[in-house]
Parts: sequence; structure tokens; C-alpha cells
Amino acid sequence: MRDVARSASALLLLAALLALWELAGRSGWVSPLLLPTPSDIGTWLLRSAGDGSLLGATLVTLRRLVLGYALGLAGGLPLGMLCARVRAAKDTVGTLALGLQALPSVCWVPLAILWFGQTETAMLFVVVMGTIWSILLATEHGIRSVPPIYVRAARTMGSRGIHTATRVIFPASLPFIVSGMKQGWAFAWRSLMAAEIYVTILTGFGLGHLLHYGRELHAMDQVLGVMVVIVVVGLAADRALFAPLERSLHRRWGTGAVS
Amino acid sequence: MSRVDEELAAIPPSKIEIHSVTKWFSSGKRRVHALDGIDLRVDEGEFVCLVGPSGCGKSTLLALVAGLELPDEGHILLDGKPVTGPGRECMVMFQEAALFPWRTVRGNVRFGLELKPSLDRAARDDVATFYLRLVGLEDFQNAQIHELSGGMRQRVALARSLAPNPRVILMDEPFGALDAMTREQLYSDLQRIWSQRKKTILFVTHSVREAVCLGDRVVLLSPHPGRILEEFRVDLPRPRDPHATDVSELAARIVQALRTDPARKMGA
Repeated sequence: MRDVARSASALLLLAALLALWELAGRSGWVSPLLLPTPSDIGTWLLRSAGDGSLLGATLVTLRRLVLGYALGLAGGLPLGMLCARVRAAKDTVGTLALGLQALPSVCWVPLAILWFGQTETAMLFVVVMGTIWSILLATEHGIRSVPPIYVRAARTMGSRGIHTATRVIFPASLPFIVSGMKQGWAFAWRSLMAAEIYVTILTGFGLGHLLHYGRELHAMDQVLGVMVVIVVVGLAADRALFAPLERSLHRRWGTGAVS
Repeated sequence: MSRVDEELAAIPPSKIEIHSVTKWFSSGKRRVHALDGIDLRVDEGEFVCLVGPSGCGKSTLLALVAGLELPDEGHILLDGKPVTGPGRECMVMFQEAALFPWRTVRGNVRFGLELKPSLDRAARDDVATFYLRLVGLEDFQNAQIHELSGGMRQRVALARSLAPNPRVILMDEPFGALDAMTREQLYSDLQRIWSQRKKTILFVTHSVREAVCLGDRVVLLSPHPGRILEEFRVDLPRPRDPHATDVSELAARIVQALRTDPARKMGA
């Protein structure tokens, strides 16, 4: 019952804001050239959903996102484990990761275009650079945070080497790793949008391109419409991918009771 | 099922021999002399309690017997064979929560069994269930660790250390964090399980009364460096009640001996 009330109040606030916005545009108080009304945006969304262009762009973007994120995971997880176990790796790769994590991945765009041209590879490179460091650092931190008593207990029960790594250290650090993966996903999403806005390529027309051309044509209904889609896709991915994982971790660890 | 019966069959307990063991630790630049010339023998199936103030190296001695650490001098024999690392004959029950939160109660008890390739999944579950019933937790097999009270967690820890059917169980202040009522219930459970399962137990505690209630022998250690001060044989009938007069009297005598010991006075 409380959940219903909470969602209702959130919806009410959203509806009120949209109504105010619509009113501001209709009454001429805000020029629709600067800020199109919600109904204009809705019309654009319906039209481009109808002709398939929006779905096509979303799929192109999602394919890049999934590929880039997978590469980021494939690099970040093992490198993070390496940094947690090997002192020399922490001093080199770990320090590098700490520095590069502070760099917004859009800064890689000029180099990416120079190295790879206007290709999918350039796009992927930017996404991977945006994802890999936060995953690496979260994995390393997670492994270092495993209470030594777990490892000692496992050793007394005969666990060694790979068995300890996969059955004790990995599951014990999962809460950290999952939050790193979540952060990595958010960074991948931001990086990809930056890459798609800056890198014009012909092999696929993504959401970022759609937004970019909206700007060129001064079609603000398109720009805002794409922004809405980006928000919705981001939220949906978070719900579909990470919410079940986090719920399962909270249930096991007995954390996150306050929601 | 025969494999499970075989796994559950009582096996003979081990003999522990500790010969002039010395252990140093370095913490930062300081070198700490943790144990000095410890000689101790624990017979097959005997229940020996190590008592002493913090810093007397009793937990260190346990870690050495477990093979988690190696002595700097001297040696430790388990049934005549030197201890070189952790082994299946010896299980440890820790003072802190060493249960795995990512596993259920039964998953925790099954952990040590998963390292026995001769058991299949069903057999492991049967063995885990047997020990959870032994500690009175058969209704909580699928519970998460955080859902249990402190006393129940230590029961799970006890079941987990019993499950691989070791010959020795090393207990490092297992009841230290529990309230008095829960602790006393666990004393009687532990005495019952010890007489049923026939294990050699080396038990570390800082409570003299606990040691007298549980042990066949109480070994006093003094700190800085850890040395054996004195030994008391406890010839009281079992099961013992921590509040019984004979237990209280012996505990009082041991505490008195601790106070008047010349070595202790010199150290203080």
C-alpha cells in the first residue's frame, strides 16, 4: 500500500511538471524553438517509433554498448584480480588505472579518430577506455576487502589456489565487484553517447548520431526525444541487469534492508 | 547411502605432540616473542583447554597446530607425523564469524565436504544435514547466515568443523562473544557431541570456569612470551554444569594459583 502511494506521488509530481512545461510553451512564455513542448516531443517519438528509425538507432547503440562493456569487463576483471594479488601489477597498472579513471573518456575521441579513423573500432575504444578502469579498481578493492579469516577458514578445510580464488575470494568480493560493474555500465553508456556525438561514421546510425543531427537541424524535439530514449534505456538496463543481482546479494548478506 | 554411512562413521581421534615450540612475530619493526619453548601432549580423544590472558599466544599455538603458521623452533606432531600445513585431520572453529555469507547454512557445512571428490552432491547434502541435526539446526538448513543469532551461528560453525570428520578440532574462543545463557547451553551441547563423535579437542579460552566445565585438563599460559605456567587435571564427572559447586571450587583454586604464582608476580 505504501509502495502504491509512493509511486502515485512520484507520478503526480512528474505529471504536474509536464503540465507546467506544456503550459509554458503553449502560452508563448517560452519559445518552442528553444524548448519544444512535451506534446511536440511525444509526437516526434511516436513518428520515429512508427517509421522504425528510432528502434534501428537504439539497436545500433545497444550493440556497441554491449560489445564495449563486455570488452571492458573482460579486461577489467582479470586485471583487477592481478592488481590485487601481484604487488608489481598494482604499482604499475593500478596506478595507471587510478589516473585514467579521472579522465572523462570523451578526451580519448581525438586520438581514437586519429588511430582508427571513423570506424566502429574508434567507437569501441572510447567505450572501453570509459569502462575498464572503474571495473578494474572496484575488482581490486573488492578482493583486498575480503576478510582474511574467510581465507584462513577455507584453508583449514583443505581449500587451495584456484579453489580458494573461485569459491571464496570471488564470491566474498562480489558486492564490490557488482557495484563496480554497475558504475562501469553507467560510464560505458556516457562514453558511447560522447563517441556517437563526436565520431561520425557510416556503419551504423546510433542514438548519439540522431541527437547530433537533431542539433544540426535545430530540431529540438528530436534532441529532447532522443534524450528521453537514452534515459529510458539506461534505467531499463539497470533494472534488468543489476537490480536482480543486487537483490540477491542483499538477501544473502542481509544488507540494504532500508529501501 | 553406504558412502554416506562410511563418511559418518566415527574415526579414531589423533594424538597431538608439541615439542619445545617457539614462535616470533614481526609487527612493523618490532619483533614479538609469541611463544617460548612450549611442550604439550594431548592424548587421543582428550579435551584440553588452554587458558591465559590476551597476549599469551594461545591463539598462535592453535594456528601452529592447525598448520596455518609454522613454528620457528621445535615441532608439532599429529599422530607422530609433523604438521607442515593445514590438513583434513584437523578442523578449526574460529572466535570471529568465519562463516561465508554468500552460502546458506547448509552450503557452509558442505564447503569442506566439496573438497572430498568421493562424495556426490546428494551424499554431501546428507552428511551436512546429519551434522546440522546434531547441533539442533535441521530446520534452518536453507537460512542465510545473517538471519541467525550469534549462538546459532556458532552452532553452524561447529557443524562445519565436524562435517569433514576430522580427528582433531581446534576451537579458538568459540563462545567468547555469546551471552551467558546461550554459552551455557552450548557447553552442554559440546560435551554431548564430544562424547558422541570422539574427537581430540584443543580449546582456547580466557574463562577459567569455561575451561573447567569442558576440559579433561586445563593448561595455564602466561604472556610475553607465551609459556606454560601450570597444568590442572579435571577429574569431575560429566556432563558438568558450570554452576555446580565442584566446578566452581576447582575454578576458584586455579584462579588462586594464577594469582599467587611467582612467575606471574614477576611478570606483573
